[in-house]
Amino acid sequence: MIDSDAMAAIEAIDLYKRFGDLVAVDGVSFKVDSGEVFGFLGPNGAGKTTTLRMLTGILPPDRGRAVVLGLDVWENPIRVRERIGIVPEASNVYIDLTVWQNMMLMAELYGVPRDVRASRARSLLEAMGLLKRKDEKAKRLSKGLRQRLLICMALIHEPELLFLDEPTTGLDVQSAREIRDMLRRMNREEGVTIFLTTHNMWEAEELCHRVAVINHGKIAAISGVEELKNTVSRLHTIEARFEETVDPSGFSEALGCDVAVLGGGRYRVQVEDVDEAIRRIVDYARERNLRILGLNVVQPSLEDVFLEILKR
Amino acid sequence: MFKTLERIWAIAKKDIRIYYLKGPVMIFGLLIPLSLYLAYALGRSLEPEEAFSSIISMSLFFTATAVGPVIAPWETRSHTLERLISAPVSMAIIIAGDALASAAFGSAITLIATSFGLLVGLQIFNPILMALNLLISSLCFSFFGLLLSSPPTDIPADVMMISTLLKFPMAFISGIFLPLNQMPEPLKHVALLSPLTYTTEVFRHSVYGEATFLPVQVELLILTGYMLFFIAASIKLHERSLPRRI
Repeated sequence: MIDSDAMAAIEAIDLYKRFGDLVAVDGVSFKVDSGEVFGFLGPNGAGKTTTLRMLTGILPPDRGRAVVLGLDVWENPIRVRERIGIVPEASNVYIDLTVWQNMMLMAELYGVPRDVRASRARSLLEAMGLLKRKDEKAKRLSKGLRQRLLICMALIHEPELLFLDEPTTGLDVQSAREIRDMLRRMNREEGVTIFLTTHNMWEAEELCHRVAVINHGKIAAISGVEELKNTVSRLHTIEARFEETVDPSGFSEALGCDVAVLGGGRYRVQVEDVDEAIRRIVDYARERNLRILGLNVVQPSLEDVFLEILKR
Repeated sequence: MFKTLERIWAIAKKDIRIYYLKGPVMIFGLLIPLSLYLAYALGRSLEPEEAFSSIISMSLFFTATAVGPVIAPWETRSHTLERLISAPVSMAIIIAGDALASAAFGSAITLIATSFGLLVGLQIFNPILMALNLLISSLCFSFFGLLLSSPPTDIPADVMMISTLLKFPMAFISGIFLPLNQMPEPLKHVALLSPLTYTTEVFRHSVYGEATFLPVQVELLILTGYMLFFIAASIKLHERSLPRRI
């Protein structure tokens, strides 16, 4: 047993992996708290999957170590994997086995007690809309359904921590949404910690409490989603809409920054301090007896932030 | 311990369902002893029972090494190996499961061939020794087959080529066509290097009561030694090649 922070579900310590001349992961360190949904973002080839494989004991690191649920992964790979669920990148179910046989194979490998195997498999398949197709070979399922089956297989032993490698890539909108809903539900209702690699910024923004951005094998940023947006892009856009048109120069003077006129009584400003700017807009309107019809703070999306980080 | 055995059995069951319970594989398995009998006895005016021990030795060898070697490259290609290794199983458990399925297939085909032998009036001199030899040899050849699939390729044909290159010469030097006692001295030394030689010798002794080149207990011991070597080597080499497979 490692003497690590009791709250940390995952601790990556200086992980390093090289394939020939290519350094895939270069001294990556971070912690994921218990009960957290943690997004691991990066472009293709940035080192996301290699990091995930080292964290789950599939690939040995050349340097550094990973502690998962308080256990050193390379000293206790089997004990760690008994407590975690892994959804690999490829939809690698056994296509020549039926849906049910795939579930039972995983139940046997994870040592799920015989008396609960069938009931757990049934409830998981039902939740993912696969129960009616349990006797069909997996080769007859669409990519989205195979991905759902893969998630069911990873959950059969009720893991405390779930690793997912780009779980919704290439799926149709409905399947992706259902998978996201299920992950959110698992995290909220069952307290499952989730480590998710993705390059879908919208997905990360929707699901994750914190994200890390990896680029060229190194952590480029790590933070809560909102904090990351604030850190990277200090300027926030505010759109104000009044009942009547206002004098742009006077409005600009009142706010202390440039104002763009958008038409239809709409004005856009870029500010650093959102709170201060909103107060000034409200004061400006009150002094002139203007009705405010709308006030929107348009934050940069995680995608904007991600692209800015990659540019650095 | 029980969990480990359950995991080995789960992998063996998966292999049997996916790779062995297929029409072409079953037909191949059943045709092996028949075609070997025809190749061995045709034009040599042999009674079926005279060729029996040679045929079951070769059948066991070829069937126990037929499918096992393609499992690793096939699962590498379909990415199911990553799914498997993500579960709480070591490479030793995966290899043991694959070997168990392979040994079961080889043993089943050999038992079917033996049943035909019994139908045509064959008498078995020592059935217990024959069963013991079947058990040890089937596991020995299964692990040998898995050892051949340790290079980190995802192309089954690559492994099949290596497998064929080794298996056919082994069949010719292993005292199947010519008992060890009648072999020229230089060839005898080569034959003693092949595990198939001891399988054939022990089968000859257990079926006909023929004297073996070495004491039968020693031959079984050597065969067990080969089995343990193939177990250790196949696990070690597969562990080493795993990072390049995923």
